[in-house]
Order: sequence, then C-alpha cells, then structure tokens
Amino acid sequence: MNFEFNDDQRMLRDQARRFLLDKSPPEVVRETLETEQPYDKDLWRQFGEMGWLGAAIPEAYGGSGLGHLELCVLAEELGRALAPTPFASSIYLGAEALMVAGSEEQKQGYLPDIATGEAIWCLALSEGPRPATEANIAASVSNGKLSGEKLPVADGDIANRAIVVAKDGGAAGLYIVDLNGAGVERTTVETMDPTRSQARLVFTDAPAEKLGDEGWPLLERIQDRAAVLIAFEQVGGAETALDMAKEYALGRFAFGRPIAGYQAIKHRLADMYIQIELARSNSYYGAWALSTDAAELPVAAATARVSATEAYHFASKENIQIHGGMGFTWEFNCHLYYRRARHLALVLGSQRRWKDRLIRALERRNAA
Amino acid sequence: MDFDDTQEEAAFRVKVRDFLANNAEAKASAKRNAGTGWNKDEALAAARTWQAKKFDGGFAGLTMPTEYDGQGLSPIMQVIYSQEEGNYVVPRGVYEIGLGMCIPTMFAYATEEQKQRYAKPALRGEEIWCQLFSEPAGGSDLAGLRTRAERDGDADDADWIINGQKIWTSGAQFSDYAILVTRSDFDVPKHKGLTFFFLSMKSPGVEVRPIKQVSGASNFNEVYFTDVRIPDSQRLGAVGEGWKVSLTTLMNERFAVGIAPAPDFEEIFDLVRETELEDGPALDNAMVRDRLADWYVRQQGLKNAHFRTMTALSRGGTPGPESSINKVVSATKYQDISFFGMEMQEMAGVITDPDIAAMDGLFQTGALSSPGYRIAGGTDEILRNIIAERVLGLPQDVRLDKEGAFRDLPTGRD
Repeated sequence: MNFEFNDDQRMLRDQARRFLLDKSPPEVVRETLETEQPYDKDLWRQFGEMGWLGAAIPEAYGGSGLGHLELCVLAEELGRALAPTPFASSIYLGAEALMVAGSEEQKQGYLPDIATGEAIWCLALSEGPRPATEANIAASVSNGKLSGEKLPVADGDIANRAIVVAKDGGAAGLYIVDLNGAGVERTTVETMDPTRSQARLVFTDAPAEKLGDEGWPLLERIQDRAAVLIAFEQVGGAETALDMAKEYALGRFAFGRPIAGYQAIKHRLADMYIQIELARSNSYYGAWALSTDAAELPVAAATARVSATEAYHFASKENIQIHGGMGFTWEFNCHLYYRRARHLALVLGSQRRWKDRLIRALERRNAA
Repeated sequence: MDFDDTQEEAAFRVKVRDFLANNAEAKASAKRNAGTGWNKDEALAAARTWQAKKFDGGFAGLTMPTEYDGQGLSPIMQVIYSQEEGNYVVPRGVYEIGLGMCIPTMFAYATEEQKQRYAKPALRGEEIWCQLFSEPAGGSDLAGLRTRAERDGDADDADWIINGQKIWTSGAQFSDYAILVTRSDFDVPKHKGLTFFFLSMKSPGVEVRPIKQVSGASNFNEVYFTDVRIPDSQRLGAVGEGWKVSLTTLMNERFAVGIAPAPDFEEIFDLVRETELEDGPALDNAMVRDRLADWYVRQQGLKNAHFRTMTALSRGGTPGPESSINKVVSATKYQDISFFGMEMQEMAGVITDPDIAAMDGLFQTGALSSPGYRIAGGTDEILRNIIAERVLGLPQDVRLDKEGAFRDLPTGRD
C-alpha cells in the first residue's frame, strides 16, 4: 500500500508552499481583487520559469515531464494560496485537452508555449445560465468558421486561444480558436471572484481548427482530468479556511475565555476537518486514477469533485461564521476563500450536475 | 501511488488467504453481518472453535508479543488479516474487546506471572474477557464513576471489596474475566481517586442482567457488584492511578472502533434500482440521485482515508486520533441510509417482518440499531471533542470537576 505522495513530491509541495507564501500572500491576491488587473503576470511568468506550468507536459513538448501527481501537489498549493492566475484554464483544461486529443502537429505547435506561460488557453463551453449539455449547445461551425456566444469563459479575456465547444451539424465537437484573430469579440464580465477573470466571447465566423474526433465524450474526459486537479485546489483552500478559523477562535476571547473552547465552535471545526479529510482522501484516489489513466477515472474524478466542492463550501462559509462580524468585512481575508470556493464550485459545472454524473458513472460501471 | 503490498505484506496475505480458504466459508455477497444474536449457545461455541483455529494457524494476537504466544507483527498485518477475513463468514463480536482492549491493558500493567497465565487462554479463545467501565453515573464522563472499592483491613496488601453497578458491558453474560475501574477514594479530586483491577466474572457477588435495546436485541448488560472480593494482587497500576490505566485501555478502543454495518451505499443502490416511484424508476429521480451521491462520496472518503492510514502503518506509523472520523461519518450515514431505505418502501416501509420487507428488513433493522452506533465507543459529540482537542489542538471545555473532593461534586438536580 503506497497511497501517499513520495518524498520528492512532498519536497516539491514544501517548496511550492514556501514560494507561494512569499509571492502570493493575501496582500498580493488583493491586488488582483481590488484593481482592474485580470491576473498576476509576474507570478505567472515565474510559474513558467520554475517549470510548474509544464509539470505534466512531456519534455518532448517543452514541459518538465514530471507527471500528474506532481501537478496535483502544485494544485493543492495554488488553491491554498488563492494564486490569481489562469493556471486551471491553461493547464488543467488547455494543456490536458491537447495531450489527450491533439494531433502530433497540434502538440508540437501549442504545448511548448503553454509550458513557458507565453500562451494562455481556456475552455469555452457555457452559453449562459442553463446547464451546459450537448443539447443546449447553440454555437456552430460551418466550413471551418465558428459562430456563437459563450458566457462565462474563465480567463476568456486574457487567453490567446480557446477550445470552443460547438456543433458542426448535429453533434458537438471541440475547436481551437485564436482569440486574437478575426471574428472574436470579448468583454470581461463581473463575477463573484474577481481574483479569477471571466469573459463573454462572441464569435462571428471565427476560423476554427478541430481538436480530436470524439466530441462530447472527449469533453467529459477532459473535465474528469480537470476535476481531479481542481479538487486539489479546493482541498488546499478549504484547509486554509480551517486554519484561519482555528487561529481566530484561539485568539478571540468572549465570556472570559477563547471561543475555541466552546463546543459549538469546536464541533464545527471538527466537522470542517472531517469534510476535508474525506475530500483529501477522495482526491488522492482521483490523483491515482489520473496519473495511471485508470478506467476508474470517471467515478474517481466525480467523487473527488463532489466531496471537495462540499468541503470547500462548508469550510469557507463556516470560516466567516466563526470570525463573526469581522469575517463579514472587506478587510478580513475570509471572503477571498468564500469567493474562490463559489468560483471553483461552478467553474466545471454545478454540484447537482456532478452528483448526477457520479451516479451515471456508477450505473455504467454496474452495467459493465 | 499504488495499492500494492510490500513483498513481506504480500507473502503474509497469501498465508492468510490460504488459511481462510481452508478453514472458513466465503461470503456469498458483500452484505455484512450485523453480528446480532451471539449470546446464543451455538454462536458462542462457533466463536470458540474459530478462535482456536486462528490460534493454531498462527493468526491470533497478530500484534501481540511472541513471548506471550502472540505473533509479534506490525499493525499493518492486522489490517491485512481483517481485510481478508472480511470476505468470509466467521463469528465476530466475542473476542474483540478482550483481545483488543483487556489483554493489551494486562500487558501494560499485569505482573509477568499474570501475563503468562492469562494471555494464552485468551488468545486461544478458552477464556473470554469483558470491560467494566461505563456506569449509570459515568458514560461519556467515565471518570464520574461511583463503583466503590474499599480495603478489607489496614494491611498494604489487603483484599478489596467492591460494591456498585456497571452498565453497557458487552459480552458480560458469557465472559470469564473482566477489567474493572472503581473509585477507591471519594475525598480526593475526581480523576485521582480511581483504582483499576481485573477479576473473575464468576466471583461471588457479581450479577449480570441483560439490557433490552430499542431494536429488541440484547447486546449489552448491567453488572451489579455486591461485596465482591478482589485480591490486591489483581490490582493493575497503583492505588489512585486507575484513570491513567483506563486511558491505556481507551487508546486501544480507538483502534478497535470500526465502521457501521450495512445498509451502506451498495444496499441502498440495490434497493433504489429495483424501486418504482410514481413517475418512473427511483434511480431516475433527481432527489434520489443526489442522496446516493452524498453517501457514495462519504463511503469512499472513509475507504480512501483508510488506505492512507494503511500507508502510514505500512511505513511503521501508528494510527492516531484521526481515525475518530470513521464512526462519526459512518454511523450517521448508516442511520440516514436506513431511513431512506424505508422511505423508498413508502407506507410499507414501516413493516419489519423479514418475509415482507425488502432485503429481509435490513433497512428497518438499521433504523432501530443505528442510534446505538452513534453512542457506543464514544458518542458523536465525544468523538468531535477528540478531533477538536487532539487533532486540531483546541482547548478543553471549562471543567468544574478538576478540584476538590469527588464527593462534593454535584451529581444531578436537587
């Protein structure tokens, strides 16, 4: 039984944690929150230089060729630090999609720039406030030209390229579109979590290049991979929220003693810990499935996603509650985690949809 | 990351599988046996036979020292054994407390001669042990116990006379020996007046009465002591240090407290798949799917957390208080799934008759048994305190019982 990260991976985690404590503390995250700046460019550049962006990209395509377990380790730390960068869009979705479905030429052409951070990618799927199902996709492709509207698209305002889900005839497919090219209009939209940028993309006969042949099943495969990585971000964020709540409760005195001594507070902190332990353990299983390309990945990914979303939701809201009135101020950092928890809970689709997807995966496994 | 055994673990697993295949009946399905009804004579005889087989096969007392007929193996081997044994129908519930809690306490505090005398018959299953801890006045607050131990005379090694009552004692009705914590001094602070013993359950003055539970079953007992005599040589630890000895026992309990029984996710998933609701198959109902997903991720979270614990054990670590999450999560899940299974059977869900109720009344049985799982071996509340204090390092509650004589503490409404 070896269900734990190895020594090298833990060393990477410690390095990443130290680096991010120094370079992405809450004061720095707030620069993205409180200004028009869409992401922390300096941080992003350093991620490229340190080989983090290419952690799971093979050396042949300009990556550092470490692997997906290393990427999971980094994801947890990025989540812990609320790193205001397009990491998830460009790496968990963009690079993963290219590695799963790209032609040799596409991989050679696109991955090296993603690994350095020079290029930023994103996934354009949602078309407004309705479930992003294949039936609901209205964006269309005809003769290699893509038209339609996508809203919201995480990092759509800063990305160079998008993988756009659109229909050529009846079935949905994945298409690569140069967002700086013809036929693309983009506007930043205000969201719950300004530390993560989102946009409305309008395509009018934009030149589009096909990615893979599988269409919707391919999209789900990519989402499964991203779900595991985002689950690690969620676990990291939830754990920080728990640590904050605990430290505050230990230092805050009421009725003559620290509030951390009252069972109403202790039991809530214990419940946060329980949820995070379950989510972390499920995320480890997801990491194993991702790194070994196991047939279990759809079940493992949905399990990790559902429990990590629940844990971060719970930890981030109860962190505010335990801080009392101060937790509701702009000045305290509680809302940074609350915002990010909501962002991550929706960025790959709602909890309701992932629970449904989990049961579907279990039905399929049962039928097999 | 992988789920592979080390070479040594793999070799041990092969031995275990071989032993089980030759000595026990493989389970027909994954459904777990709730373990009720083991006070019947046949069940007890079967348990004795099985324990003797384990001893002869070299699988009893896996983590106990070899000089007392244990196997001297690391905790990971115990986990491997339990995993494999879980695939077989074997009698359970008779020896867990004795071998999991009483004998380890004896190892820590008994004399060499006593260890030689008592370990082997316990491991062979010839002598059964129980644990006399909880009292009507001391459950979660165990140190509130009032069973009185008094010296018979002034000699340093005078016998002790015990009077009082214990409760919630599993297996007392068929046990041969017991460990017992008592109050030997009512005039010192609560935790300083306790003294710990072991005794024969056949001692004159010991009376065992079964407790009828909500479920109708009787898995626990009350044990009454009327002038029960215990030689001073059967004292474990110093006079007044019974609390320290109790903590040794309870530390072992934490490892022994397991996961709640079926119905779990598999059973509710099976039931849902064969249930038709007013608007079609239950499995197509969004609310039903939502609940199923919740239980699945909790079940898997515990399973995967267990893999992490196994990894730590495999690298030589010991399980810590974090294993307290097992029972908190699984007992509530057990209760919720039981209720939901009844809900799926609509008005007929109330029927307990196993010939009528789905899955032989598994969900109804669960509804009546699950409240006990949220209490036994540490209540939900105590386990959350353990997580808060021992894992997260939060302060204890303000205590009103740490100073002054025990006899002066308030014991209830006037």
